[in-house]
Amino acid sequence: MGALIRVQNLSYTYNADTPEAVPALRAIELQVDAGEYLAVVGHNGSGKSTLAKCLNGLLLPTSGDVWVEERNTREAEARVAMRATVGMVFQNPDNQFVTTVAREEVAFGPENLGVPGAELRARVEQVLRDTGLQALAERNPRTLSAGEKARLAIAAILAMRPRCLVLDESTAMLAPRARQEVLELVQGLHAGGLAVVAITHAMDEVTAAQRVLVLERGEVALRGTPREVFAQRERLAELALDLPPAAAIAQGLERRGAPLPEGLLTPEALVAALLDAGRPT
Amino acid sequence: MSAEIVVQVRELSHTYLAGTPMETVALRSADLTLRAGEIGALIGENGAGKSTLLHYLNALLRPDAPGKVVVFGQDTADATLDLALLRQKVGLVFQYPQQQLIERYAGDDVAYGPRQLGLAGEALRERVRWAMEVVGLPFEAFVDRQALLLSGGETRRLALAGVLAMQPQLLVLDEATTGLDPQGKREIHALLRRLREEQGLTLLLVSNDMEEVASLADRVTVLHDGRTAIEGDTRAVFAERDLLHAHGLACPAAVEIVHALREGGMAVALGALTPDEAEEAIWQALADPTRGGRP
Repeated sequence: MGALIRVQNLSYTYNADTPEAVPALRAIELQVDAGEYLAVVGHNGSGKSTLAKCLNGLLLPTSGDVWVEERNTREAEARVAMRATVGMVFQNPDNQFVTTVAREEVAFGPENLGVPGAELRARVEQVLRDTGLQALAERNPRTLSAGEKARLAIAAILAMRPRCLVLDESTAMLAPRARQEVLELVQGLHAGGLAVVAITHAMDEVTAAQRVLVLERGEVALRGTPREVFAQRERLAELALDLPPAAAIAQGLERRGAPLPEGLLTPEALVAALLDAGRPT
Repeated sequence: MSAEIVVQVRELSHTYLAGTPMETVALRSADLTLRAGEIGALIGENGAGKSTLLHYLNALLRPDAPGKVVVFGQDTADATLDLALLRQKVGLVFQYPQQQLIERYAGDDVAYGPRQLGLAGEALRERVRWAMEVVGLPFEAFVDRQALLLSGGETRRLALAGVLAMQPQLLVLDEATTGLDPQGKREIHALLRRLREEQGLTLLLVSNDMEEVASLADRVTVLHDGRTAIEGDTRAVFAERDLLHAHGLACPAAVEIVHALREGGMAVALGALTPDEAEEAIWQALADPTRGGRP
């Protein structure tokens, strides 16, 4: 393992040095390790998307540094490789598509990176298989369903063989099944060794992560494992953030005196613990 | 006596680009009923036809027989329909609020609709002030702000203020809280409840967030592949768990948890929709050994 992305004393201000300057991030310290799953949460305007765009040099720090595989994002000649290493998927994939055929959409990135023909074709087919899009390979991306579009946007990134996938509210527009399919795809990719940085308002998605970073007004307000973060009920209330529904039920029952273990976050864990507690001794 | 029916949709169908190779059927046979003062929710997979149906509610689209859409007692297929009046009564807030903004400054944007209705001078200013205050954009602080420089949450509020300034009787919201943080969602929810209580507004919301639907809606309509698959009060619809799953949807977490506990042999009462209600039902079951709870 080891650091894939290092963020040191990162500050970012929109329209810096103008009267309309808007500070978005202040003195952020963060490390994303190879293969880890990090969730970033916080209010609208807390700086989450700005942070995401700093992770592969789409935005350059106003002060401080971001390093991807030990290359500074300020190094212009490293930027193409960096954007392949750290790939981004946004909320509305329509804004991201550049071709009119799904297969070409997947080929676009690696082709620009100069991947030779035979390998390119093999790679594209592999990615289409991995994302369950083979049957849709000839379709125009704009005619796909919202869930298929999200998977295609991820496929287009995967074809560049990234080491980290940054998802900026990529499931916000999806109905439950489509959302579940995208989350399962992401969890499968993580299990296969890909690092994931997921920006989300959905607290039930946060429970899938290994670490959580909570941003508030451009600064780190809270960080830790989901268990550590969701145990801080009062701090979360101050930050006006929700608990995942299962954790809210578990904590409510604990306060009433139900003998439950601490740190229950998911429906599966809560149900297992309750059935265990209800069993006659 | 039940309240007056505000919206009645029957056997509505719609095909985009009919007769071309790009032909796409969006609605096959959709039904929907909404009564005065109700909060209705329209749910379904992406592509089930939800947004298309909304376009019929203020006659942006008009039905072909046998489809029928009656809004405030007016058949929208009627050639003599007063479109301006219908569109004043039915306010639509679309999914991408940025696309709904017309004017450069926030106050002018809110004033656009009522100005078309003939309001001017002090009456117009008061209407704009009221609509902005209601959505939580204090008039003095926001009236001269540039609309395109507002945050995502403020933009949603501004689009809502622009529609409320027309003083509609039915407010239709397509994904009104998508992308908002939990606090922003709670504030919009509180606002919608208040509009219903204080203004007697009828609401119809399209949402992919089942927790939101469970906490806000009195009545739910489920669209699947262009047809109404389930319609009923919220508790009854979320009791149809298997059917919802088959249609690519889900129940709120509270419902799923109670079901899983019952499958595991714990006699938790059905019907809870929110975490608070589930906590109470589970606590009752735990306290009662005869129901499989703690001895």
